[in-house]
Amino acid sequence: MTHAARRRVLPGFGLTMGITVLYLSLVVLIPLATLPATAFTMSWEAFRATISDPRVVASYKLSLGAAFVAAAINAVFGSLVAWTLARYSFPGRRIVDALIDLPFALPTAVAGIVLTTLYAPSGWLGAPLARHGIDVAFTRTGIIVALVFIGLPFVVRTLQPVIEELDPDVEEAATSLGARRMAVLWHVVLPNLLPAWLTGFALAFARAIGEYGSVVFISGNMPMRTEIAPLLIMTKLEQYDYAGATAIALVMLLLSFALLLAINGLQAWTRRRVTG
Amino acid sequence: MSGPLKRGHLTEPAVVRRTIMAIAFVFIALFLVVPLAAVFGEAFAKGWDAYRAAIVEPDALAALRLTLLAAAIAVPLNVVFGVAAGWAIGKFQFPGRHVLMTLIDLPFAVSPVISGLVFVLLFGRRGWLGGWMIDHGMKVVFAVPGIILATIFVSFPFVAREIIPIMEATGTEEEEAARVLGAGGLQMFRRVTLPNIKWGLLYGVILANARAMGEFGAVSVVSGHIRGMTNTLPLHVEILYNEYNAQAAFAVASLLGCLAIVTLILKAVLERRVRARAAVSEHDEPWESKSAA
Repeated sequence: MTHAARRRVLPGFGLTMGITVLYLSLVVLIPLATLPATAFTMSWEAFRATISDPRVVASYKLSLGAAFVAAAINAVFGSLVAWTLARYSFPGRRIVDALIDLPFALPTAVAGIVLTTLYAPSGWLGAPLARHGIDVAFTRTGIIVALVFIGLPFVVRTLQPVIEELDPDVEEAATSLGARRMAVLWHVVLPNLLPAWLTGFALAFARAIGEYGSVVFISGNMPMRTEIAPLLIMTKLEQYDYAGATAIALVMLLLSFALLLAINGLQAWTRRRVTG
Repeated sequence: MSGPLKRGHLTEPAVVRRTIMAIAFVFIALFLVVPLAAVFGEAFAKGWDAYRAAIVEPDALAALRLTLLAAAIAVPLNVVFGVAAGWAIGKFQFPGRHVLMTLIDLPFAVSPVISGLVFVLLFGRRGWLGGWMIDHGMKVVFAVPGIILATIFVSFPFVAREIIPIMEATGTEEEEAARVLGAGGLQMFRRVTLPNIKWGLLYGVILANARAMGEFGAVSVVSGHIRGMTNTLPLHVEILYNEYNAQAAFAVASLLGCLAIVTLILKAVLERRVRARAAVSEHDEPWESKSAA
């Protein structure tokens, strides 16, 4: 059926499209547009001075660096979790499977205070680590722990369905042709998982860069050392430095958009791999 | 497609399998089980009476009311939007369709702090509209409307992104048949479309609600932290924790922990429903639907 004919039969395109565009504009697009609009009212020198301030640069480096390390940790351990859930049967699999989404469901402030309490020098996990000279809470390690927590479901939930959809016949063929199991995993399974694996990494990375609630409690918030970029935006706002907050935020927003485009590209690649 | 593989020769050697599982379980225990258990452990650390006192305290109840109010406004609005967007994008082809879908996902790509910041830039005293509005007695930022706006923003994409693929997958034939048989627009929607999307819709509502009730960063920026006035539950948790009242903070946090557990259970149940529904429509043969009717 042609599109024109479909439109004649099904009603409501104009109405629903109108609601969609109007609501999207009012709730998302116009508010977001105020960020570049406000930044344009600043002089280029003032904008540049704000984002090249050593404290701001340190916060960008920390946010990006910690997000990258956390996403890498999730890429490794999340893959093992996804593989375990997709391929192995064990008692309580459904409960464990449901629990993976906890970081989506648990408010970030709750995650923040509970991780801080656990990893504080007197906490359940912090005390034994402190005895071995490892401080977690109020250090960069603590920031990474919080970002691993919130990023975990992205890697698992991106990889798990792809592992489940892998055609066992291909693995079987390779096995019957005499390939050893590890060789099958390396040459047959892994290349097929690569796009989804990168997508999961990118999603976890993107989420971790902007994360605020779970990090502010455990990070200690020392300027130049454990101060993430979203917190610095908050600090500037509390000092009524709207221009400063806007400049820092605009750089982060552009970074997020770049990542969003990259993720869209990766997801298209994943779909081609899975269906094609 | 579902469930673990049963073919023995297609699994790894036992040593490898056990190692992978052990690492996965330790990781899950450390990062998911222990934190969730600790929320409730800390909440009851000083006994039931202290727990109860922290929750029935007036500021905590006010925070609970505001959290429920924000979700009760944000979620239905996002449902109306999600269904409208699902219909327009899922059932029709038009130029710019993919761009529109990307724009709908934008709130997920934005840091929560930035989600709050844009409303301060718009409605704050020195904002684009804020000066005029405050002069006319309308206060948005550091007041309840700002909290509701920020909540709508962060929970915006959930319903739409569940509904769009379902609308797309179910196609247009059933609705067209209803129209040809003389059904009006609303009747067609109620009798044909709604039954197809209802589990996906509910799934989106659960996720949107969890985010709406749990949002911290965006709401924190616009709230001004006025106790008993503009505090939601997550903000109240922060205040208590920063006042070194950890037990009370965890008691209030345990309410949000319960919300998380209920969300996870409903999500798991609905996922099975949605999957079953998708499997049915994949193999939908005319005689099967007749015998079912």
